[in-house]
Amino acid sequence: MTSLPEPSAIKLGLVIDLDICVGCQACVVNCKEWNTSGYGAPLSDENAYGANPNGAWLNRVHAFEAGEGETAKTIHFPKSCLHCEDAPCVTVCPTGASFKRAEDGIVLVNEDWCIGCGLCAWSCPYGAREMDPAEGVMKKCTLCVDRIYNENIPEEDQVPACVRTCPTNARHFGDLGDPNSEVSLMVAAREGFDLMPEQGTKPVNKYLPPRQRRQTEGAPMSLVAMADAETPKGFWKWVDSTLEKLG
Amino acid sequence: MRPAWSIIFFTSSSGLGLGLAAWIVLGLVPLESATHLLAIAGFTFGLIGAGLFSSTLHLGHPERAWRALSQWRSSWLSREGVLAVVVMAALFMWFVYVHGGAVPPLWASAGVLTLIIATVYATSMIYASLKTVARWYHPLTPICYLMFAAAGGLLAACWLLAMTGQHVTAAIQQSTLLLLAAAWGVKLIWWRVAGASGSGSSLASATGLTALGEVRSIMPPHTSENYLQHEMGFIVARRHAEKLRLLSLGLGAVLPLLLIWLAPLSAPLLGIALVSHIAGVFVERWLFFAEAKHVVSLYYGEVH
Repeated sequence: MTSLPEPSAIKLGLVIDLDICVGCQACVVNCKEWNTSGYGAPLSDENAYGANPNGAWLNRVHAFEAGEGETAKTIHFPKSCLHCEDAPCVTVCPTGASFKRAEDGIVLVNEDWCIGCGLCAWSCPYGAREMDPAEGVMKKCTLCVDRIYNENIPEEDQVPACVRTCPTNARHFGDLGDPNSEVSLMVAAREGFDLMPEQGTKPVNKYLPPRQRRQTEGAPMSLVAMADAETPKGFWKWVDSTLEKLG
Repeated sequence: MRPAWSIIFFTSSSGLGLGLAAWIVLGLVPLESATHLLAIAGFTFGLIGAGLFSSTLHLGHPERAWRALSQWRSSWLSREGVLAVVVMAALFMWFVYVHGGAVPPLWASAGVLTLIIATVYATSMIYASLKTVARWYHPLTPICYLMFAAAGGLLAACWLLAMTGQHVTAAIQQSTLLLLAAAWGVKLIWWRVAGASGSGSSLASATGLTALGEVRSIMPPHTSENYLQHEMGFIVARRHAEKLRLLSLGLGAVLPLLLIWLAPLSAPLLGIALVSHIAGVFVERWLFFAEAKHVVSLYYGEVH
């Protein structure tokens, strides 16, 4: 059924900290690695070693620059499915292949039903869906549904692959429907925000803004002046003058 | 948006066929002999059917296309599929009834006509319901599709009248001129009004980095074009948009209007008018896709 379910109490999703991400692409690679061997068909690549490689990826990291001059910032910007509450990719699907789970809000594609029409990718403002070039079905982030409930792997691995692999801890996974969950508290404390709220999709995933740079007042302090200001006293004065005399 | 040939052919061919079917059901084209009826029904079904068949060509899994009939509650694409099947069946039964020599009851013809209008409307809503493409997400988009189906259908009906040796009356000639001019008039307004409508989104809202000042893309997330850019970042046509608009107006409006005005009784010249109109609508449909900007291209540094 591609009609949306009633909003679930549990809303599983990601919180991405734009202050911390360094754009190392580890989440991108681990996502590809896990999802090429997990849920659904492998994530294929075409012409992987040629001049114009092409392939399906579920998580991509952009880089943006914001502001001017001294206060300008470089922001590495990971982007994957936001598991929207009002997911347009679900309602446009003509076959029922695209669906939102009633129990935890995860948006998935049933690849056995997908006809590969591409309309869901057209309806997504975030570019979260990519057609698999070999399989002809739509691929998207599954929030690693085959990890997070998987009791056959160690507990610390029962989080999405991108979260598990992030070396800087810029990605967090949890229940954004529970106001007291770690991720919800983080969003509240850091004023986490939605991407393109005007599109009316009500994304579950939240982004944390880069922190403000510490402000310095006046001209930068000179380190030479700092050293000169310290005039030695007593024993150290004697050592200092003796060493000076030695040349 | 990338203009896929299969989709351009689908919307223009099915639209024309359904428009023609509407005028036939309204009784404009007399279906006196069995040969005429078969030829006209075959031509109409050919246009609608070829379009629908073409629409399955761009699918990753055409063999599963039947599944697309299931989600009519939420999806305009599914509604279009269901309506297309129903309208073909209804139209077939209508032709069978007429073939028997009877005049179909008013409710039956009105029903088929309603289904035809609903099908063309559903086709247009596949695009007009996408909030991510601002120029499609406009109330005038369905009007354009309906007007082109009606005008193209009437022109095709004129050609069929001339082909079957029947008289294109002055009233039909004037109605065709009027409807054709009106359809392209609405399109001109759409180009101006819908073409100027913004998505309300920007790179600032897409990244949420408004507080930091102007945001710009400094590095794409990959080294070569990906599916999103291939599908939604098509920019070739925009450079030539003005020229192509003139071409579509010339082929779709000016030449057919001249020919219908000057030679309403000549089957070959009406045939040229019809082919020219089809070519004009083809260019118009190509531009419909090629000129459309998708909000996802904001992430790739495109200015909207």
